[in-house]
Amino acid sequence: MKKLMCISFWLMGCLLPALSHGAEPDAAEAAIQAGHSDSETIPKLVQQLTEKSLTKAIPVLEALAREGGETMLPLFRTMLNGDLYYVKATGRVVGQQEVDGETSYKDLLTAEPVTGLGKRDTKKIRVNNKLRGFLRDSISRIQLSSEDPAKRGAAVRSLLSDLDDSTVLAISEARENETDADVMATMDLALAMYALAEGNSDVEKMDAIEQLSGSLEQDVRNLLRQYAEMEPDHSDYNAKASAAASKALSKIQEKVEFYGFVDQLFFGLSLGSVLLLAAIGLAITFGVMGVINMAHGEMIMLGAYTTYIIQMLLPNHIDLSIWIAIPAAFIVSGLVGVAIERGVIRHLHGRPLETLLATFGISLFLQQLVRTVISPQNVPVSTPSWMSGTLDINPVLSLTLNRLYILAFALLVFFALLIILKKTNLGLNVRAVSQNRAMARAMGVRSDRVDALTFGLGSGIAGIAGVALSQLTNVGPNLGQSYIIDSFMVVVFGGVGNLWGTLVAAFSLGIANKFLEPVTGAVLASILVLVFIILFIQKRPKGLFPQKGRAAE
Amino acid sequence: MSSLISSIFANRGQPGGRVMPFVMILLVATVLASCLNLFTPEGSALHVSTYTITLLGKYLCYAMLALAVDVIWGYCGILSLGHGAFFALGGYAMGMYLMRQIGDRGVYGNPILPDFMVFLDWQELPWFWLGMDQFWFAMIMVILVPGILAYVFGFLAFRSRVTGVYLSIMTQALTYALMLAFFRNEMGFGGNNGLTDFKDILGFDLQSDTTRIVLFLITAALLSVALVTSHWIMNSRMGKVILAVRDSESRARFIGYKTETYKVWLFVYSAVIAAVAGALYVPQVGIINPGEFSPINSIEVVIWVAVGGRGTLIGAVVGALLVNYAKTRFTAILPEGWLFMLGALFVLVTLYLPKGLMGLYGQLKDKFSGPSGPSSANDRKTSDTAEGASA
Repeated sequence: MKKLMCISFWLMGCLLPALSHGAEPDAAEAAIQAGHSDSETIPKLVQQLTEKSLTKAIPVLEALAREGGETMLPLFRTMLNGDLYYVKATGRVVGQQEVDGETSYKDLLTAEPVTGLGKRDTKKIRVNNKLRGFLRDSISRIQLSSEDPAKRGAAVRSLLSDLDDSTVLAISEARENETDADVMATMDLALAMYALAEGNSDVEKMDAIEQLSGSLEQDVRNLLRQYAEMEPDHSDYNAKASAAASKALSKIQEKVEFYGFVDQLFFGLSLGSVLLLAAIGLAITFGVMGVINMAHGEMIMLGAYTTYIIQMLLPNHIDLSIWIAIPAAFIVSGLVGVAIERGVIRHLHGRPLETLLATFGISLFLQQLVRTVISPQNVPVSTPSWMSGTLDINPVLSLTLNRLYILAFALLVFFALLIILKKTNLGLNVRAVSQNRAMARAMGVRSDRVDALTFGLGSGIAGIAGVALSQLTNVGPNLGQSYIIDSFMVVVFGGVGNLWGTLVAAFSLGIANKFLEPVTGAVLASILVLVFIILFIQKRPKGLFPQKGRAAE
Repeated sequence: MSSLISSIFANRGQPGGRVMPFVMILLVATVLASCLNLFTPEGSALHVSTYTITLLGKYLCYAMLALAVDVIWGYCGILSLGHGAFFALGGYAMGMYLMRQIGDRGVYGNPILPDFMVFLDWQELPWFWLGMDQFWFAMIMVILVPGILAYVFGFLAFRSRVTGVYLSIMTQALTYALMLAFFRNEMGFGGNNGLTDFKDILGFDLQSDTTRIVLFLITAALLSVALVTSHWIMNSRMGKVILAVRDSESRARFIGYKTETYKVWLFVYSAVIAAVAGALYVPQVGIINPGEFSPINSIEVVIWVAVGGRGTLIGAVVGALLVNYAKTRFTAILPEGWLFMLGALFVLVTLYLPKGLMGLYGQLKDKFSGPSGPSSANDRKTSDTAEGASA
């Protein structure tokens, strides 16, 4: 019955525009032949939405769908949500949006905002359930015929949750012309689900279960669960089908658990990459100068604020700003680092505990400076478009892009630093001073210059870490403080003066934290990790990979 | 008077300086303040308000905490960035006793369970709250819990020879971990809100003037006891070994001293002083919450000691009083400026006042006692170069 109605609407839709456009049939014809939206036809059709009664709106929408194709999607979606209005005075059709209590309007065909309208100037275009159903159908049909395979796949997936005769018909029609293998598989999935739910013969159902057993879609799992848990006295009950369904379900479950594990691993690696970025600069300064820089967290904070300021300066180039922010943050934090070294740390040479206190004072000072000069509140840092979104590997595993990029970025920074330390002259000097300062000086290494440069390098990397962190967490005056203890733990755990140790420590702490979290809760997880490190240090006071030396101390 | 002051600052060679005169001044001042509070009418120019008394009591608790840090940092070279943990643990033990004293006067009127437990729907008292309604038991816990923690931590750390900045970071991690733990409601210490709304101690109303005066006097007395005891320890045989450990641990070890043992017990002693300070702090301030564990609190204590002059005992007390007074004044006048001040204080004191205010007296005396000091150094230098040239 539904199928019939659908077809009849389709037919009416073909006829009606011709009728309503009796006065100028040529223009309408031309538009249809061109196959694309015409500057004349579509606005006219849209206009009719304001006049027609509810029952007659469907043919108009049919015509719109055919004429406009994908360009009609915003209009249809707005109408489906009941946000479609028209201006009383002019009859212009607009979409209404409410953001934070502010009502705004925009033209749905051109996507341009319409200003100067109040709630009183507009009247809502009403929709009823029948119309909604129709809109939903046509949206998915339009998407199914989209040029972009990703959009087609998404359309099929969105249909999985409520399959009925008409959508299945649409899918099977589209299936015949489908060229993309992924989309075709999803379509097969939909058809199999439909066969399982509505099919008549047991053979058909068993086939369908067979076909569904590898899928990770939530809807598939729900359907299979229904079958697996079916009571023997149910009319549709079939012992074989039920058993097959529960078998398929457990197979799917195994897969889901595996991907859950991968997901946790990814979050652990992501936390590890953040720790690595935060700790790596600390590791160099501590390794070379034996100095704990308590203001290291504030160098990270400065990097994050540099990102914020550059975005403020270039509000229209958010995508570009991050590329400028990375070197800028390196320079800002690096220069502050050099200034700290020249101004304070140099004068406290050989007194590591005093250095710790003095740098702590600097960290308090910088925090308060940011609070006073910028704001005590967190500042918004936007994510560039190419970093937002997710990488959907399958329905149960999707990796957020920003974490993925930061993971890659952390490794990049790590290897760049490794190359600097191993291949450049500065690196050679740095390693010499960190192994034996007196001997290096005797060989003509200017250790004070090396100190300043090392400190600048470490601080600059902290600044870069700040750029990365600004994409993950809130940017505020306390940003650095929340990472400082964790980064110390990484350095202490990994062993001083060994970058590989820092790498291993950062990732193992990150992963340990994320795997403990579901078992114990986030807070207890970090407590356990801290206690573990405290105990670990008892066993190996110089960390995982101690620097080899021959001194008695 | 001037001879008294110079006798306090004098004998820099002897650890601790002259503690007795300082203790006398301290005790006389506290008794005087108390009398002025009790026996002068309000509004009189000499009257000391109860608010001031409470504030002074708080300062004295801080001074005691600073003393605890000075004992291990100044004399043994162990920079603890986690002494706030012992302070807070002592405070929590006292808070638990005070909490049980509320009885059925709480909002929910439960005679046994504190309000926050009723709120969390707990049915019975957790085991670690048992016995805390007895004052003597709570006081033993004030000393025992931080003491044992300090012993275990110190034993593990010193035995494996964790020293210097590593140790500092470890102590900081310790207090950080405890802070995270006490923030959890499941721990049974009131979570985020901590313990508060105390009514009375040993049956005396905590809000009354006399109770506050008595608490203030007890704090001053215990601080004096701690000062004298520490002075005595530092001038004993043990104190000499501790100084040797500070100046060259490996040498002391090679000579045959078990340096770990000395360090552990000094650490425990220091932790107990901090805990007692915490226990005195809570009834006067009226609240204890996990914020006391935060690493920044502990590190602030270190700067009090540094300002006063470490390794002098008196310096720690003076530094704590001065910095906290400045903090009170500054946060009232210029709330934003305080952290700038504190930050600058950290840098300036470490750069220009390595021996703190106590050392400043010596520095100035050297400078003004005539040109002989610096010039003699110069002379030696020139003679050195002359020798080098002749050789």
